[in-house]
Amino acid sequence: MTGVGAAGIDATIGMDRGEFTLEVSLAVAPGEVVAVLGPNGAGKSTLLRALVGLTPIDRGSIRLGDVLVDDPAEDVLMEPAKRRIGVVFQEYRLFPHLTVADNVAFGLRSGGASKQVARSDSQEWIHRLDLAALSSRKPGELSGGQAQRVALARALATNPRALLLDEPLSALDIATRQDVRTQLTHHLRHFTGPTVLVTHDPLDALVLADRVVVLEGGRVTQEGTTHEVAQRPSTPYVASVMGLNLLRGKALAGIVHLDAGGELQAPDASMAGPVLVAVRPTSISLHEHRPEGSARNVWQGSVDTIQPVGDRVRVSVSGAPSVVVDVTRNAVNELGLAAGHAVWLSTKATELEVYPG
Amino acid sequence: MSRRRRTATSPPWPVALPAVLALAFLALPVMGLLVRTPWGHLVEILTSKTSLDALRLSLETSLFATVIAFLVGVPLAWMLARSEFVGRRLARALVTVPLVLPPVVGGIALLLAFGRRGLVGQYLDACCGVTLPFTTPGVVVAETFVAMPFLIITVEGALRGLDAKLEDAAATLGAGRWTIFRRVTLPLIGPSLVAGAVLTFARALGEFGATITFAGNLPGVTQTLPLAVYVGLEGDLDQAIALSLVLLLVSIAVLVGLRDRWLRTGSVS
Amino acid sequence: MRRSAAILAVVAAVSLTACSSSTGGAPTSSAPAPSSSTASSMAASGSITVFAASSLKGAFTDIGTAFQQAYPGTTVTFNFGPSSGLATQITQGAPADVFASASKKTMETVTTAGDATNTEVFATNTMEIATPASGGASVTSLADLSKPGIKVAVCQKDVPCGVAAQTLFDQNKVTVTPSTEEVDVKAVLSKVELGEVDAGIVYVTDVKAAADKVKGIEIPAAQNVETRYPIAPITKSQNSATAQAFVDFVLSRAGQTILVNAGFAQP
Repeated sequence: MTGVGAAGIDATIGMDRGEFTLEVSLAVAPGEVVAVLGPNGAGKSTLLRALVGLTPIDRGSIRLGDVLVDDPAEDVLMEPAKRRIGVVFQEYRLFPHLTVADNVAFGLRSGGASKQVARSDSQEWIHRLDLAALSSRKPGELSGGQAQRVALARALATNPRALLLDEPLSALDIATRQDVRTQLTHHLRHFTGPTVLVTHDPLDALVLADRVVVLEGGRVTQEGTTHEVAQRPSTPYVASVMGLNLLRGKALAGIVHLDAGGELQAPDASMAGPVLVAVRPTSISLHEHRPEGSARNVWQGSVDTIQPVGDRVRVSVSGAPSVVVDVTRNAVNELGLAAGHAVWLSTKATELEVYPG
Repeated sequence: MSRRRRTATSPPWPVALPAVLALAFLALPVMGLLVRTPWGHLVEILTSKTSLDALRLSLETSLFATVIAFLVGVPLAWMLARSEFVGRRLARALVTVPLVLPPVVGGIALLLAFGRRGLVGQYLDACCGVTLPFTTPGVVVAETFVAMPFLIITVEGALRGLDAKLEDAAATLGAGRWTIFRRVTLPLIGPSLVAGAVLTFARALGEFGATITFAGNLPGVTQTLPLAVYVGLEGDLDQAIALSLVLLLVSIAVLVGLRDRWLRTGSVS
Repeated sequence: MRRSAAILAVVAAVSLTACSSSTGGAPTSSAPAPSSSTASSMAASGSITVFAASSLKGAFTDIGTAFQQAYPGTTVTFNFGPSSGLATQITQGAPADVFASASKKTMETVTTAGDATNTEVFATNTMEIATPASGGASVTSLADLSKPGIKVAVCQKDVPCGVAAQTLFDQNKVTVTPSTEEVDVKAVLSKVELGEVDAGIVYVTDVKAAADKVKGIEIPAAQNVETRYPIAPITKSQNSATAQAFVDFVLSRAGQTILVNAGFAQP
């Protein structure tokens, strides 16, 4: 539909599940990572099951490259085993009775390869995902992060046409999540096919995805690059969820030098090296003049866009750094904000979340 | 601290008392058997021809019955758990019939089906000279009839309890249905298969009514352990008690071995 | 409450009857003295349980009915089974009031254990070959039973009818390999009725009782084996008066008529 090319995903999906209806158009180019972001009950798992082939669609069609895998009108329905979509499930679903090596090799063996061939072919992925030391362990003996890597290796070992990740990080604790997310970025970059990442965590979208498709109540309410969506949220959900400012930089002695320009004081002086800085739009204040007070981070900028969302207003400001800020309508009026206006921004160091990235 | 200890370990006496009674009720017959066992010449009795014949016959036929139950019962369990087909509810009811039928009634029913004048039996006799009553294969038939439902129900339960998620994951990796069954489903229900097989074996071993009615009683041919015990009551009480002891020990072994699995419902990790 | 009163009554009756002379007091078998059924009706009441050999089933059920009619207020319950099994049960303490067995040996088990003293032979029986009413291989004599391919059912070795069958074969020098050794004579009969076997060795009375369900092939008296049936009241009986009354009834004209009608012979 949008000219995705020889090996991308092209799907127009209509599904009825009792009182719930899903109507989604999704196109993912090869090498692209698209995050499908939505709250619980939005239809993310339904969409996933349709793409994988576990549930047939009622209307529309799904193409993987030039292969039609589901089209009710043409009476085409390809079973999951034949679609060659690699899936990383939320709970990983590793086979508890097989070792890591056998898990990773499972897809190859199902394809008819002998035990030897499957083992040696999957070795590449075992090494790439740093699993060699865990080869002979069983899933029960793995940590969350390790299990996730095995699940990913298992999915990629079959050389799939496309990759689907279902809440890949939600089963991990916060500390592990950040590490794994960073690693995942590297692995996804190496995958040449299209990747669909289903999640409710905006951080996943911000860090891992090129584009985000927001799903609410079975419908797409917004799509675009993460920046576009954050800048111009079209629904309160999008605003609240995609409102996080995520800035890359390098930390040194408590100061983060941002890649895109500017400096921010971090709350933790011990951090060093490449980092991600997260600032909530509600944690940034706008001022007409340079503010006094205890806030350590103060900089200048000019207003790009002003977007009312519900009873708040999202203001996108260019500067060093460029951020989005949520303010009340009153504040907008009091400050007399308009596009192109110069403003001062301030945020406390303690409001920043800095983590290695 | 003493308060915590009291509530944590000792049951209240309205619970403990009936429990002790229940235990005594179950233990006393066993103790009675142990007390009356002719320990003095136990070995002599157990190595007599009658005993050895009965023991060998019982073990062989029960083993055969378990294997047959496995070969035809597991596929049926799979169909009952996974396939939609016309008459599925009837099939499931049929599977439970041998469980509720008094074994002797089962034996009569088997005669009417497979006996010399039976529904199927008459043709078996006419064409191939095959008769089942009064033969060792007849014993296997009787034992399979009463014991197979145990296997089917255990395996069906396990298959139902199995989360489809792992099988879905296998499908996404390109595994066809037979591969999924072979490499994912079967290994995962392994413990239940074992439990089902052991239960089936135990039931087959203890079968009396259907065996004596359908297969008759002939030492060395159809006289299994339970039959030998019953017959022993007529003539040789000591032998009856000794063989009862053997059956009791086997039953205990089975139950002890199965105890963990039996209490763990849906034993898929 | 009523029960304990009944027991007291029986105790009283027993102590009374113990003083009076009882009929057929000799422990060894002898010709029974026909006594009128009303002679010892002094305290026949309440219920008794009679353990009797399987082959007595038909005849004794009828005797039980007649007895209850003759002595209103009494109830007779039967436990039919192989004599040896019944003997074991009695010596193990089963609550029997009367024991009628199909062999001297099994009665001896009971008397040796002290559970009975006054035994009396009340009937005799002989063996017959039962064959299915229709179908089945051709069997016309005892010798036919040893032919290959003929399926024969007999009673198990330790029960009286099994002993009788074995004696029958030995005496007539017939080698028979049975297909099954059933636990009692009625089980043999049902195998014949079902047509599962070509022949079964049962009592004459069983063939008669089965009417047209089986065919009978008589065994000439010279070849046949006679079985003698002793009866005795059980010493530990809770209702000795009625127990004795029952034994007397069996030995009486009324009882003997029923037995003869069933095919038994008088001793």
